[in-house]
Parts: sequence; structure tokens; C-alpha cells
Amino acid sequence: MRRIVVVGASLAGLRAVEALRREGYEGALTLVGEEPRAPYDRPPLSKQVLRGEWGEDRLDLRRGAGLEELELDARLGVLATGLDGRAREVQLADGSRLPYDGLLIATGARARRLPLGEGLSGVHLVRTLEDATALRDALVAGPRVCVIGAGFIGLEVAASCRALGLSVTAIEGLPLPLVNKLGVPMAAAVADLHRAEGVDLRCGVTVAAIEGDGRVERVRLSDGTAIDADLVVMGVGVAPNVEWLRGSGIELDDGVLCDARCATALPDVVAAGDVARWPNALFDETMRVEHWTHAVEQANAAVQRLLRGAEATEPFAPAPYFWSDQYDVKIQFAGRAREGDELQVIEGSVEARKLVALYGREGRVTGVLTWNRPPKLIAYRRQIAQGLSWADAVSSASS
Amino acid sequence: MKIVVDFDLCQSHGLCTQAAPEVFEIRDDGFLYILKEEPGEDLRGKLETAVRECPTGAIKVEG
Repeated sequence: MRRIVVVGASLAGLRAVEALRREGYEGALTLVGEEPRAPYDRPPLSKQVLRGEWGEDRLDLRRGAGLEELELDARLGVLATGLDGRAREVQLADGSRLPYDGLLIATGARARRLPLGEGLSGVHLVRTLEDATALRDALVAGPRVCVIGAGFIGLEVAASCRALGLSVTAIEGLPLPLVNKLGVPMAAAVADLHRAEGVDLRCGVTVAAIEGDGRVERVRLSDGTAIDADLVVMGVGVAPNVEWLRGSGIELDDGVLCDARCATALPDVVAAGDVARWPNALFDETMRVEHWTHAVEQANAAVQRLLRGAEATEPFAPAPYFWSDQYDVKIQFAGRAREGDELQVIEGSVEARKLVALYGREGRVTGVLTWNRPPKLIAYRRQIAQGLSWADAVSSASS
Repeated sequence: MKIVVDFDLCQSHGLCTQAAPEVFEIRDDGFLYILKEEPGEDLRGKLETAVRECPTGAIKVEG
């Protein structure tokens, strides 16, 4: 291959171009990114940046090394608008066309926005650095905050706002926050944690309207309740950035559909990160994963596939890892939790804010959750990838 | 080759202990320990993985 194009210049795209050079690829390399700035780290946006502790200088994913040594053509601030799979060409919004021999798609996802409160000031999202700094600046005035959606972003924003001493209401449509990620008992524990820290958490209810005269004044719930608020943060999930791929021959299904090795339906086109959906053999399930570590690992796997071909590449089958920092609790999870899974707390307790819990299905351990117990997490993650049996794990934990 | 960890940045995610267990360990106190501050060249690949996968960018390989 002489020309490789990577579309998407956040974590997955950056780690992909780094991997290409590390693996000895010496041909032309182009990195296309919609945002005008150099690749930056997003997890601190809802935490350190929001609390005003970190400036943007702390977010550089290259840690000051710059992009120069990667010897690439960086097209930052330019949206990719189309892909011609037959001609092997990426089209950009500035009219330029990038021919490729190999293409890696890492266009990620954007924050969803509910069609409510349109035209009102005081409605925020948290996805980009601009989103986060605008919200940080708006929090200085001490608003009453209403967070819509108690997923990772919503809960971290709620925790950061409480750290700033703000009054916070959080609305979640599901019966419990993160219930689809952690299962009922542990999701209930997360709900209790937030309530203990002073968040007014309302679950199982949706938002009917965001009302106000020019700016946010209240949030109206589906049950008619009105919540007075000066500021709304929407944390209602993301939508994969795939519109530019329509008609390209790439298969789209809530993301870019890939095979077990991150290859798309088009030859020499692979995908990684938030945008990619692929069959993970470890869980016998097709998944799209939006976590930090996943972006790094899948970028690496997709690069292997691109450079070495299917024969010489192992299927990509990780136990996805995520973390979330909320108050004084570091929540870490690896694997997959599904409804009906076995659950056993093998160490500690919710009350102690320190615990290790295992999730199991069909005789195997499929997930591990820890609160403030980092030593255990990675050890179990490794064993889950190796097919750790439920009986062995539970008996060795109780011995 | 020298391993430098910025312990102000380290949050004990522990991914480095997966990438290079010969060099990194998280103990029961929840803190990261460096087992070999000057590991051999044979570990360079694993250490570069640890650097890359560290969610807080706390690890550096010098030399």
C-alpha cells in the first residue's frame, strides 16, 4: 500500500496513524478530522474541565509530541462528505478528493440532541471541547441544573455539578441509571450513590418539554411535573457519524458494519472506534462500543487487518473496558452485562463504596465490576477473555 | 530504557499491568508500583503498548 487515508482525528484515528507508522508503513498517510484542533482527550471534559481544574493544554493526546513526526498530511477542520468505494476515493467538504489504497474509518459519533427547547439559551451538550468550556463557563453563575439522561455523561456531569455546589436534578427514562450496562442491583447502587450525594434523580420518566422565555426556565416531564431549572444538559447518547458513507457500498447498521477483524464490505476499508459495529466472538454478539480503551484497541486491530490481511490477523474479541469517576468512586467494568446474568459481589460492599462483583452467564464469567478496587479489575478482564468459568471464579473468591 | 510514571496523573486503571505485567503491578492499596525501573530492551514493545493504552497518559519510556 502506498496511500492510506484515516478519516476521523479523535482517539481511534490518532492511535491508528500512530500504529501505522509503528508497524513500519512508510507510504503517504492522510488524517482527516472535522474539528479544527489537534486530537484531544474527551474523558476529562465531563470532569476536570467542567470543574474548572484543567485547561485545554492538559488534553493533548500526543502529550506535546505533535503530529509532525508521524509525517502525515493532516486535514483538520475539514468534514469528509463522501466515499466512492469503486474509485477508491474520499471526498471532502472543501472539494478535495483523496485517493487511497487503504482506508480506515474512525469518524466516531456525535451527541444526540432532543428536539426540545430549540431556540432557548441554556441548553447544553457535552461532546466537544467547545461544548465543555461553554458549559463550564455557564456553571459559574450558579444555575439550577437539570441533566436529561443519566448515562455516563449525564451522571458525570451531575457529579461535577454537585462538586461545584450546584443544585442538580437528573432525569432518566429507564427505571434505573446505567441499567443496560450494569444490571438492576448495581444500577440501583449507582442511583443510591447519586441520591446520597444530593442529586434529585428521577427515573422511569421522560421529558415532554423544555420551557422558558428566551432561556431555560423549567423542564416539563411526561407525568406533568415541572422542574425549575436555569440550565439543561442533554446526555442522551450518541449517533454514529455515518451519513457520509451512504451509497458507498459500506454496510450501515447503527454504525459501520464490520466483520470479526474490523474489515468493512469494501476491500481495504476497515473501521474502528465508536463508529464500528462488529461481531465480538467472546460474547457471541455484534456490538458497537463507545469507550476510550476500546478505541485504542480496535484502532490497533484494524491497522493489523489493513496492513497484513485477514489470513494473518486474529479476530478482534476483547472484553470491553470502561471506567467512570463519580464523586469519590472509581467505577470500572470489563466485559458485558446483560439482563438475566448471574451477579455476585465477591468482595466489599456498596455501603463501603468499595466492591468487586462478577457477572456470569451459561457457566462463564462475562463481566467484572469494581468500585475503588483497581487491582482486581484487570486481572479479571484478562481471565474473562480466556473464558474463566463461573464456578471456578466464585469458589476461588470465597476461599 | 527508563520507565517514568507521573503519579499525579496515574489513576490506577491498571491497563499497564495487562500490557507489561513484568514491569507494572497494582497492589492491594490501589496504587501502581514499578517493578523494574530500567527494564531490558526485550520489553520495549510491551512498554510502548502500556504507554499507548494508559487512559491518563501517565507513563513515559525514556531512552
